[in-house]
Amino acid sequence: MSIEVRNVWKHFGDFTALAGVSLKVETGKLTALLGPSGSGKTTLLRIIAGLEFADASDDPDWGRVLFHGEDVSNIPAGKRGVGFVFQHYALFKHMTVFENIAFGLTVRPGSARPSKKAIADRVKELLELVQLEKFGGRLPHQLSGGQRQRVALARALAVQPKVLLLDEPFGALDAQVRKDLRRWLRGLHEKLHVTTVFVTHDQEEALELADEVVVMNQAKIEQIGDPQVVYDRPASPFVIEFLGNVNRLVAGLGKLNISNKDVLYVRPHDVEIRRDHAPEHSLRARVLHVFSAGNYGRVTLQRLTTGEPLEAEVPRDQLRSLNLQQGDEVFVVFRHVRLFPKGQFYETDVKDETATEADISGGI
Amino acid sequence: MAGHASTLTYVAQHHRRRSIEDPLWLKVLLIAIAVGFVSLFLVVPLLSVFVEALRKGVGAYFSAFVDPDTKSAVKLTLLAAAIAVPANLVFGLAASWAIAKFEFPGKSILTTLIDLPFAVSPVISGLVYVLLFGAQGWWGPWLMDHDIRIIFAVPGIVLATVFVTFPFVARELIPLMQAQGKDEELAALTLGASGWQTFRRVTLPNVKWALFYGVILCNARAMGEFGAVSVVSGHIRGETNTVPLHVEILYNEYQTQAAFAVASLLTVLALVTLVLKSLIEWKHAKSVAAASASTTRQFATK
Amino acid sequence: MQRRVLPGFGLTLGFALMYLGLIILLPLAATFVKTAGLSWEQFWSTVTSPRVVASYKLTFGTSFYAALFNVPMGVILAWVLVRYQFPGRRFMDALVDLPFALPTAVAGIALTSIYAKTGWFGQWLEPMGIKVAYTQVGVWVALTFIGLPFVVRTVQPILEELEPELEEAAATLGATRLQTIRRVVIPALLPAIITGFALAFARAVGEYGSVVFISGNMPMKTEITPLLIITKLEQYDYAGATALAVVMLLVSFALLLVIQLVQRYLFRSRA
Repeated sequence: MSIEVRNVWKHFGDFTALAGVSLKVETGKLTALLGPSGSGKTTLLRIIAGLEFADASDDPDWGRVLFHGEDVSNIPAGKRGVGFVFQHYALFKHMTVFENIAFGLTVRPGSARPSKKAIADRVKELLELVQLEKFGGRLPHQLSGGQRQRVALARALAVQPKVLLLDEPFGALDAQVRKDLRRWLRGLHEKLHVTTVFVTHDQEEALELADEVVVMNQAKIEQIGDPQVVYDRPASPFVIEFLGNVNRLVAGLGKLNISNKDVLYVRPHDVEIRRDHAPEHSLRARVLHVFSAGNYGRVTLQRLTTGEPLEAEVPRDQLRSLNLQQGDEVFVVFRHVRLFPKGQFYETDVKDETATEADISGGI
Repeated sequence: MAGHASTLTYVAQHHRRRSIEDPLWLKVLLIAIAVGFVSLFLVVPLLSVFVEALRKGVGAYFSAFVDPDTKSAVKLTLLAAAIAVPANLVFGLAASWAIAKFEFPGKSILTTLIDLPFAVSPVISGLVYVLLFGAQGWWGPWLMDHDIRIIFAVPGIVLATVFVTFPFVARELIPLMQAQGKDEELAALTLGASGWQTFRRVTLPNVKWALFYGVILCNARAMGEFGAVSVVSGHIRGETNTVPLHVEILYNEYQTQAAFAVASLLTVLALVTLVLKSLIEWKHAKSVAAASASTTRQFATK
Repeated sequence: MQRRVLPGFGLTLGFALMYLGLIILLPLAATFVKTAGLSWEQFWSTVTSPRVVASYKLTFGTSFYAALFNVPMGVILAWVLVRYQFPGRRFMDALVDLPFALPTAVAGIALTSIYAKTGWFGQWLEPMGIKVAYTQVGVWVALTFIGLPFVVRTVQPILEELEPELEEAAATLGATRLQTIRRVVIPALLPAIITGFALAFARAVGEYGSVVFISGNMPMKTEITPLLIITKLEQYDYAGATALAVVMLLVSFALLLVIQLVQRYLFRSRA
């Protein structure tokens, strides 16, 4: 079941939560809505679910939600065939795990309600799916966070939704549980292939889990694309800053220096440190701190001419051979840079390494 | 249980904190002051009710209850409570659903207005109905023409009782339902439940203890109300006397022992209320936690 | 028109508003309308007649002193209940709500019998020249009883939530226990204490049942304003009763406003 959202606006009083958002999610895809808090991602998810309604408009083509081409904008949440997993799970506190999962089936009107046996079978099946076979009799407060999360998922799946929506599914969990559950959810999606949209503010989670990432900021969509694309070819300064660590340098970079207010972005792993060999196209920096635990060492530097901070990720063996000490002056070369002249941003992806370096080298 | 356990943990933690532990002499002094104050102002009056009631022996004590006027007073009090409590229960559920689950302009004003009866002297709570329905009231002449009696009759007593017990259930439910949010209800809706199913199977079980708590307090007040009922009653024996009013009449007629005997009924009711209230607070601390902070306001005027 | 996901908004709000309007607002409004029928001179002479003024002094004066006395007592009770472990603590905790649960008429006759000449306390106090029953002291006793739970119940939850770390921090910074209590604990409790005081005061001002028995109801001396309202009603002086009621209502609303403001401050400072 594909999902389409057309020109959705949403205001809460004076606050604009969504400003003309349009989006298509293809059948069977696992899509992440990624953005900082207040970017409108949860509102968008809730509008898809029917838990909020888009601002009304005279234009019949605005504020629409379509499932498989069919307009569901006016259909209430319970009839849209969506499974929704709430951020804090919203498990029914007074019901057992079994009763929670069975709820959606037991509230069906008489004729559509499965028999007790059928419901029990279905719940059992789901308990197996979420690996909680022995927990059917427990109450929600007797479960761990990860277990609750899986109960919430099973409850949503019990009604066989055509669309699965998850609001910050791992937001309330510990780092380790989070990682395990992430992998498990990916596996589950491979198995079920239900069209799934989840909201997250964790870029690592979005990139690792999703087929497609929708980056949102200030009520708008900044970029839609698969993880590789949004990471390697970010469409805006916001996207590059939001997805992973990045160095931000202002002004004074040779041919790419269109005006004096250019902003240049370099990922730490695209920063190369050289000690003796000093090619023309490098800039000079002083070593502030070296952190060398893990596979990659992290080096904090300060650019000599402007005093701007700079971070580099250097493979361990290379770091050893460099033998950096605090206060050392070194040469820095960028492998990939992205340039966003302020105000009128356009894309300047510098893919050819040598060309880039040559271009930059001019003014340094 | 969770609340109980956390209290214990707190106490245990607290006991390890030597640096802020009060010295023994201070503890003893403060506890002595507290015990003295509570004994003087609470325990002694409580005991005196039963001592005075039994002053002339057990036989005299029970004979106070066979008096037909006492019986009719008990009946009237039960009737007033049987109307006022369910009426305010329905109101409490409706108001808390609207206030806790929806956003609308004027919400905080509405919440404040619900508290209003607690700020009004009970005497005035009775007076307002006299001004509406009394012989010289707005609708007095019309009512008289149609031979309908409200003031100095049972309907007036019921109305005054509804007025003074108005906020109890709502005040318990609103903060709790606000604290619980509406995620569980929305979850039920996405699973296909109807509005009524959602309310009955999700909302109601979540607030049942707070509801019960509110009902107990509402009932205690309904049966014990004196000032408001006194204004609208007319004190017609066997007809418009509630139990508290009957106590007053007996006392003013120097039937002190009988007055205390009847009063002991109300005192037992108060003690049962306190026991139930404490049990709910201890056993279901969590489910009434949001509400218990507002307990004091419920009794703001009696 | 905003669309709502959960059902029942119109029904529940409509019912709540109608019920509130019919049971509470309409009758209260009637009081003010009735007063409007009085000329200003009539109104003013009614609410400032000597007997009425004497009743204000008694009502507001004793209410103030009763609430004031309940402040230190309430704080001590709350402190003892929250901080100390001793046998009977839970019993005491439950008992604090007695004035809420006990019908006021019962409290009234019980207190009167204790402090009357032949009562448990009266027989000792009267020979010492201390008369309680049928005096203003008696009114104070009744109002103290009625207001007892307020300060305890407003301070108690704040004290429970007060992190011990705050006091430990003060201790590590070299504050003495007394300094810690004065400069860390009391300021944290202050909004709750003020709220408790205001609630106890507001409750006492309107109190009727527990006072009428012990006060003796002598005009100019031990007659409270709510009783005067009833007296005027019994004399079919509806206008006079209503005028007094309006004065009391205005005072009550003003107090309610103060309490709301303090609560808002309390809420904000805790948020």
